[in-house]
Amino acid sequence: MHYFIGNLGHLFVIATFVTSAMTVFAYFKAHLESNPEQKKAWLLNARVAFYTHVASIFGIVFCLFTIINNHYFEYHYAYSHSSRHLETQYVVSSFWNGQEGSFLLWMFWEAIIGIVLIRTQKKWEATTMVVFCSVQVFLASMILGVVLPVINLKLGSSPFILLREAMDAPIFKSQPEFIPKDGTGLNPLLQNYWMVIHPPTLFLGFALTLVPFSFCIAGLWEKRYSEWIKPALPWSLLAGAILGLGILMGGYWAYETLNFGGYWNWDPVENAVYVPWLILIASIHTMITYKNSETALKTSIILVISVFVLILYSTFLTRSGILGDASVHSFTDLGLSGQLLVYLLFFTLLAIGLVSVRWKHIATSEKEVSIYSREFWIFLGATTLCLMGFQVIIPTSIPVYNKIVELLGSTSNVAPPANQIQFYSKFQLWFGVAVALISGTGQFFWWKKIDGKGLKKQLMGPILLSLILFALIIAIAKIYEPAYLVLALASIYLIVSNGNILFTLLKLNPKLSGGALAHIGIGLMLIGVLFSAGYSKVVSLNNTGLLYSKEAGTEFNRDNLLLFINETRTMAGYDIEFLGERLQPKTKSGFMKKSDLELTNDPFKVVAKKDVLFQQKKLFSAKDTIEINPENTFYEIELRKNGKVEASLFPRIQVNEEMGGRVASPDIKRNLLSDLYTHVAAPMDPEAEVDWGKTEEIRVGYGKDFFVNDYVAQLEEVKRLEKLDGIDLEKEDVAVQARIKIQGERDNYYAEPIFIIKDRSQVGRIPSEVNDLGIKITLLNIHPETNEFSFAVNQRQKDWVIIKTLEKPLINVLWLGTGILMIGFCLAMVRRFREFNNASD
Amino acid sequence: MKKKYIIAIGIIGISIALILATAGDTSTYVDFSQAYKLAEAGKTSSIHIVGSLKKDGNGTIVGLENGADKLSCSFILVDEKNKEERVVYNEPAPADLGKSEKIVVIGEYRGNQFVAEKILLKCPSKYQEQKLKAGV
Repeated sequence: MHYFIGNLGHLFVIATFVTSAMTVFAYFKAHLESNPEQKKAWLLNARVAFYTHVASIFGIVFCLFTIINNHYFEYHYAYSHSSRHLETQYVVSSFWNGQEGSFLLWMFWEAIIGIVLIRTQKKWEATTMVVFCSVQVFLASMILGVVLPVINLKLGSSPFILLREAMDAPIFKSQPEFIPKDGTGLNPLLQNYWMVIHPPTLFLGFALTLVPFSFCIAGLWEKRYSEWIKPALPWSLLAGAILGLGILMGGYWAYETLNFGGYWNWDPVENAVYVPWLILIASIHTMITYKNSETALKTSIILVISVFVLILYSTFLTRSGILGDASVHSFTDLGLSGQLLVYLLFFTLLAIGLVSVRWKHIATSEKEVSIYSREFWIFLGATTLCLMGFQVIIPTSIPVYNKIVELLGSTSNVAPPANQIQFYSKFQLWFGVAVALISGTGQFFWWKKIDGKGLKKQLMGPILLSLILFALIIAIAKIYEPAYLVLALASIYLIVSNGNILFTLLKLNPKLSGGALAHIGIGLMLIGVLFSAGYSKVVSLNNTGLLYSKEAGTEFNRDNLLLFINETRTMAGYDIEFLGERLQPKTKSGFMKKSDLELTNDPFKVVAKKDVLFQQKKLFSAKDTIEINPENTFYEIELRKNGKVEASLFPRIQVNEEMGGRVASPDIKRNLLSDLYTHVAAPMDPEAEVDWGKTEEIRVGYGKDFFVNDYVAQLEEVKRLEKLDGIDLEKEDVAVQARIKIQGERDNYYAEPIFIIKDRSQVGRIPSEVNDLGIKITLLNIHPETNEFSFAVNQRQKDWVIIKTLEKPLINVLWLGTGILMIGFCLAMVRRFREFNNASD
Repeated sequence: MKKKYIIAIGIIGISIALILATAGDTSTYVDFSQAYKLAEAGKTSSIHIVGSLKKDGNGTIVGLENGADKLSCSFILVDEKNKEERVVYNEPAPADLGKSEKIVVIGEYRGNQFVAEKILLKCPSKYQEQKLKAGV
């Protein structure tokens, strides 16, 4: 038992909590103090407290990492989130697999950001850090794991509790020192490189939204109602970029790893970060308008606060267990829901209170907004973004609504819309159109002062060009759905008009081109989404001509394709063939035929029966022991066109108890213009009973061809075995092994049945199976008189797999758009940070 | 000021419209008899039914049938009022159907048969099932 490291860790946790509270107090004092000497002293105090806080967080990280990395399974966190077989990079992800670790990650980022703030924002240090560190107090309380005396209230859930404290297993009664040999492991779905970088990115985004919020609250508090915008704006841009990147990484992970056939599922957990991001983007726009024309200050304040409150709300939704029935992948309740609610309400009420006290002092512009002003268009765009978020948050909050009704003593059984994707898309599509039209047109007003006449002149070119491009695209892509036509046209217009602006800006000053680039990115993303989601098409149609199920209507059974091993079918212009089950070695890239491998008692190790080849290259020699991940089975599917192999796909089935059984992951054939997305809809059940059918007896001699299950076979040799695994052979005992070559469609297979005579009278037979061909051969008898042998041949249904394949057109345009959007964000951010720096010099 | 009010009214109008549209599209958790009544009343949109698979005394599942060639399946669902009904599903049976504790089927009555468009499985999660494998 390693008690020390856990106790040390817990000490750091408590230190983190106490020091964050001290920092808040000291900065608070510093702000109130008018005596400069005293103020300095309090500031110094506060900084010392904060740096101790940062050091304690590093301490927690160090302790937790030591526990996980050294496999101290006496700790609950290591036991339930890691195992000995976990590769190093995933040890890192098991760190934030649990709720406690993800809170820690959040705190960690905020600590880093806090250091930057202290060093760069001297004017704002005291008040912003009060807000900033109050959040740290709440976050630290989530992992505190302390039971308050008297009221007996448990505060937080510590990552350093021992297994025996977390679980009520009988073994701890008899053996308190019991340590499990291995942990239950990290959810295998998360053992993916995207899951190493996606959570840190997302939490960095979460942490970054706190910065504008802190500035805004500090501004209201210090009555510097408008000055806060300048320092806050670059941070908002950074938050927008990082949060957006985090969300899209999650989408990309889902596209690659989950089998729902897309990158976005409108799951409550996804919505919970999408909505704050939309509002964040809206707030960036109004902040920029304020900087230029001193309008929309109140709107900016409300939006900046909303972003942070929505982040807290989404934390509450995903971590309190309230989504339970509505979402597939929210965290389970750790008993923190009360604490999370207090966290949410504290900052919400604080912000609302402060805003209402200060409301009448905040400057309002009395200017009437003209339709031809950029303020009008920005305001319109921000409003659209807010409504877009509002539309998503209402249905996402249905479980909350049910809960509130329940608390009021009544019952409510409202369920979210049954088809979420269809439901959200039908609204979001039109919002997308509005966003595209507004930001396409708004850009002209942003850079030029124009009136009605000038506008016509300016817009004529882009509109004409858009129409031409639109005509070309629909002629090629054949879109007929009216809504999609409108979205396509609007997106093209957005790209063309911003491209026009970009062209002018690049000549003038490329540093200013961030906005135009970001909007072009959005336009490309809209087009990518429109095609890849709107025209995603099932291509694995059942084209065998067989009606699978009589009572089912014509629409039944059409979306999946049943493939028997080594039998070619056609699909989407390809010849498609299932080549068998594959395993993946841990140490080398490539796939190994399951039939070439022999399982051992250790599920993580297999032995090669013969040389293991992958794409004509030798991976392992015969008799090598190979490390594998036993939970993953891959199904090799070959796509050919005119006899030429176009792609080998390896969709995966993963045995994943945590996700409730077996999880399918797709493999994607990526083409420039469309992806072919294939996943296993149903694999063979390895535990299902095998029906070996009727036994057929064959009597053959050496070298003669015969047929088993329609395959040509030949008895090559029969040899005497000197020893046999698991059976003691005495001197008089005889064991012989036959070797039969069977010519499969693609490969030669060998069946090696064994025949034993023990104690002169007892006969034993060990049959041999050729899995790929579905054949079992038993050596029945030896006929020395004719030099022949009798074999029993049994057949079962051949190995099969049912696949579903979707075609995703133009999905690369979505990823391209994402990249351009990120570049745009970065340019804008660099510009605003420079502005801020120049202003403070 | 006038334009501001127009915009404000517009925003409020759209918001209310969004709430109403959402309310119209929400579904409800019901049992089979309610679902049947809904179907008779002509409500065609999908409904959620929560229940579990029918099991015999030994905990073995009763009535799970795979369609010919495994591309569709049907099973008997017992709803929360203990009413049993056969549910037809247009996709291969999910691999972990048998392990699920609770099932939410989303679909509708077609004639007298309940046809599921989507199945959500609620499996005993790792946290709830946490039993220590003492032998390991």
